[in-house]
Amino acid sequence: MREITYTEAAREALAEQMALDPSIFVVGEGIGERGGNFNTTLGLYEQYGPMRLRDTPIVERGFVGMCAGAAMTGARPVVDFMFIDFILDSMGELLNQISKIQYMSSGRIKMPIVLRGCIGIGGAAATHHSGSYYSIFAHIPGFRVALPSNPYDAKGLLKTALTGDDPVMFLEHKLLLNRRGPVPEEEYALPFGQAAILRQGSDATVVALAVMAPKVLAVCDELAKDGLDIEVIDPRTVAPLDTDTILESLRKTGRLLIADETFGPCGIGAEISAQVMERGFDDLDAPVARLNGAHTPTPYSPSLESAIIPDAAAIERAIRDLVAE
Amino acid sequence: MSNDEIQLGGEQLLDLYRMMALIRRTEEQLARAHQMGLVPGPCHTYVGEEAIATGVCANLRQDDVIFSTHRGHGHALAKGVSPRALAAELFGKATGCSQGRGGSMHLFAPEIGLMGTSGIVGPSILQGAGAGYSFKLLGCDQVSVAFFGDGAVSNGAFHEGLNLAAIWRLPVIFVCEDNMYATEVPFSEATRVHDVAARAKASYDMAAVRIDGNDVLAVYQAAEAAVARARAGDGPTLIDCKTYRTRPHAEGMRDGGYRSAEEMAAWKQRDPIASFAACLVEEGKATEVEFAAIDAEVNDIVADAMEFARSSPFPDPATAADYIFSLGA
Repeated sequence: MREITYTEAAREALAEQMALDPSIFVVGEGIGERGGNFNTTLGLYEQYGPMRLRDTPIVERGFVGMCAGAAMTGARPVVDFMFIDFILDSMGELLNQISKIQYMSSGRIKMPIVLRGCIGIGGAAATHHSGSYYSIFAHIPGFRVALPSNPYDAKGLLKTALTGDDPVMFLEHKLLLNRRGPVPEEEYALPFGQAAILRQGSDATVVALAVMAPKVLAVCDELAKDGLDIEVIDPRTVAPLDTDTILESLRKTGRLLIADETFGPCGIGAEISAQVMERGFDDLDAPVARLNGAHTPTPYSPSLESAIIPDAAAIERAIRDLVAE
Repeated sequence: MSNDEIQLGGEQLLDLYRMMALIRRTEEQLARAHQMGLVPGPCHTYVGEEAIATGVCANLRQDDVIFSTHRGHGHALAKGVSPRALAAELFGKATGCSQGRGGSMHLFAPEIGLMGTSGIVGPSILQGAGAGYSFKLLGCDQVSVAFFGDGAVSNGAFHEGLNLAAIWRLPVIFVCEDNMYATEVPFSEATRVHDVAARAKASYDMAAVRIDGNDVLAVYQAAEAAVARARAGDGPTLIDCKTYRTRPHAEGMRDGGYRSAEEMAAWKQRDPIASFAACLVEEGKATEVEFAAIDAEVNDIVADAMEFARSSPFPDPATAADYIFSLGA
């Protein structure tokens, strides 16, 4: 199978859907002629022009709120926010309007809007360009939250986002954008709420989110040389969250670690842990473990930045500790 | 304004009167129902401002859309929501226009272009601009109206929304209902520039007009020009309507300490419904008998609406979490 990058795969999904659906338009800063800060729309402006590839002033609240109105009246907006940190100015539009209008209108108004862009720590981007915030959106009824960890998932999940009628946060970790992976040329889409089992194993289960998926896989390949057989699950979407696949794996392994680069308190790991306790307590041979980034704003200096994210050594330690419990 | 300038037929003039009377009577009865405990939540009335919704919506087609505010009963009725569906929603009933999920501040009837009233000040401006973007993108000739009060004018949404609509020449009509108070904070203390139309022209190069919002014909004429401009693809307009609400910010709230009895009395003298009727009688366009007949008809419609709301069932508690996501997703 051909291999393309994560960004190319997502762009292919966008281009294919824009060709099929004239109601799709993209807004953002530099997504027109320039093709996007991360090449998310490269080549599309030449084809579709400014009405469908709309460069905006730096008014995140303004264009997110505007896109809500567009989604309510027959269009399918894609907000390309570059870094998720930038749309925090539009939290009122997101939480009070976009997530609630389908409900308030008793399902008579649809909200087919995709909000996509970068999350995550890396590249000394410092604290206004390193946020993730997905547990906040997963907490709010009315959002779908996708966290693709590889090119195949990026294309398949974006296809689903662009054909559904719900608001979707499509979040792309910045360290994954240039990674290559197999992506079939034929049409496919991946449903939300269906985890992927990235690696089969029987000694412990690791749930790995976004950038942690490739990092955990690499560690598990090393641990296999020592005879440790670890199962790795990528939820792919955290809203909806596929707890069933995690519980099924736990029945086999009895041990669970959740590896997430973002904050521990009130995070996805806390939610998974609580659900496992409620529904899978008898399958646990050890307490559920979490491995998170530090609960701190993101520092700039490389020595500080690398100190707050779980590295390969921390992942290995967490898995060995869990198996030894 | 005299009708000589816009030449509406007799029936159209009476229709404007009928709609204003319907809004007034419905809200008087809703306020009473609120006092009786039949409206469980907030109720912000539009009493004194009826000419604006009436004059604007009389220029709209059913497939044009409006985005409204927390003071949205008048907009809903003028766009075509039935008094029954409005009253039932405020009573929290399954037969309400939002099936009991919204109340006064979240009225929805998208099938006739009411895209929502709102509990938050500002988003109507942004969403109104967004609907304009849709219509332009999809190549249809619908227009979008964003209603908001003077309280929204100092909010960032006003600046961002008007600027986006102006740079992209979107088919939107921005209707500012300046009733002089944002809740109880005077507009005179909230800005150095009280002429909202002047702001629209100076800051966004947008067509704008400042009018007497208590004169339904002045509103009608301004909206007619704005709708024509939008439908022709010539971009947005702001209509700055000076008006006054003669009831408290919300029913049950103390209404003192921020405005004087003299000010209130002076504005009551300028009541949009009574002054319109007096003007038509004076010009020989209508008679007191015709108005009395309309009032009687409206009273019956509203009495029926209140009885409908009272006797309708509450929503099934089992449906409380329905519609969070689109069906089939």
